[in-house]
Amino acid sequence: MSRIRVLVGTRKGAFVLTADGKRQSWDVSGPHFGGWEIYHLKGSPADPNRLYASQSSSWFGQVIQRSSDGGKTWEAVGNKFAYEGAVGNHLWYDGTQRPFEFARVWHLEPALNDPDTVYAGIQDAAMFRTTDGGQSWRELPGLRNHPSAAQWQPGAGGMCLHTILLDPSHPGRIYIAISAAGVFRTDDGGETWRPMNRGLVSEQIPNPTAEVGHCVHRIAMHPSRPGVLFMQKHWDVMRSDDAAESWKDVGGNLPTDFGFPIDVHAHEPNTVYVVPIKSDSEHYLPDGKLRVYRSRTGGHEWEALTKGLPQSHCYVNVLRDAMAVDALEPCGVYFGTTGGQVYASADAGDSWAPIVRDLPSVVSVEVQTLP
Amino acid sequence: MIRVVLPAHLRMLARVEGELKLEVEGPVTQRSILDAVEARYPMLRGTIRDQATRQRRAFVRFFACEEDLSQDSPDDPLPEAVATGVEPFLIVGAMAGG
Repeated sequence: MSRIRVLVGTRKGAFVLTADGKRQSWDVSGPHFGGWEIYHLKGSPADPNRLYASQSSSWFGQVIQRSSDGGKTWEAVGNKFAYEGAVGNHLWYDGTQRPFEFARVWHLEPALNDPDTVYAGIQDAAMFRTTDGGQSWRELPGLRNHPSAAQWQPGAGGMCLHTILLDPSHPGRIYIAISAAGVFRTDDGGETWRPMNRGLVSEQIPNPTAEVGHCVHRIAMHPSRPGVLFMQKHWDVMRSDDAAESWKDVGGNLPTDFGFPIDVHAHEPNTVYVVPIKSDSEHYLPDGKLRVYRSRTGGHEWEALTKGLPQSHCYVNVLRDAMAVDALEPCGVYFGTTGGQVYASADAGDSWAPIVRDLPSVVSVEVQTLP
Repeated sequence: MIRVVLPAHLRMLARVEGELKLEVEGPVTQRSILDAVEARYPMLRGTIRDQATRQRRAFVRFFACEEDLSQDSPDDPLPEAVATGVEPFLIVGAMAGG
């Protein structure tokens, strides 16, 4: 029987949650790296026992941890993230220019076919890669050297490169997203990049349809249909059917189209999940109700999923990297909250139950489906 | 033998308990102590001082002999009591936030 391993990053450590394929009884391991912020953990598709974790602290900076036994033991590997060449400037909150400065690693994306190759999205926004299992990291400077970089500006959480999607059918094609710059795509493995934000409308910036400057919170794809992308923007839920060349609004009947995570069902490329948040000033759920919304039509038409989720006095948030799906049948869906709950559904969202209720504030959730 | 006390988070990262005891080549300064610490415990590189600039991280402090030495030059000689191992060199996470 398959097993499930859920990797949870929190403000005060990492947790590893495991269950058999029934997904009813969970073993909880952690905290690992207690007291440190764990922005993200992820396993290698090529070797599921190879895990990487971004461990950071305002006091002591960035550490990268690597496990080769599925999270039982860890070793610190390379943590030097030095921009290549001239650092350059980006737009600061007050409208002035400010040099790029490394703050932390937001997202680690292991390569699809090599456990020693990992992409890292960092703040201030840039893309790094290791090919030696994390011992050394080199920037892919073509992104930060894009002529638009001087117009990139930080979102409230900092100017982070938070999403990395590797296209399984086009080697060399990678999508990334930056808050607040938008989506970029490379077709040559990271040498050159193009902004891919046509169709986005952001009233919070001087030119709502600008080439860059959009606060994209998350993008997602189904591996069987990598030319179709879904986006949770600051406001607006969007879809692209042409590999991000253009985007259209598919928010439809959502109660609010502000939110952070978005993900796609493992077996139904047209089934999409979001968690609507009241607004960009409150950053909590509407009406005190924790509702995941599911579209089975690739957007426009959404249904609230509430069974097993609190429907009163709930004012948590679900952050951008804190939702994931497993590959079992039926598809499992998982998300973590800023209140420290990790919820799981073993029936594609029809019903939910908490795996854990009282962790530190959850930053990221990833799921591995193990043989 | 130089005695060095790490903050709890860095003891956990370095997987050590209690004080570090290190031999330091040449004059005993902040720089020579940190060089020795990082050579013995490479996982601490970048956590006390920036890897490129070698500047102390903003929320890290250096205390010894009941003095805050954080603003001193990294090449200033440290007190004799530290150099002789009578007193430890304290690496401290500043009190700021939770």
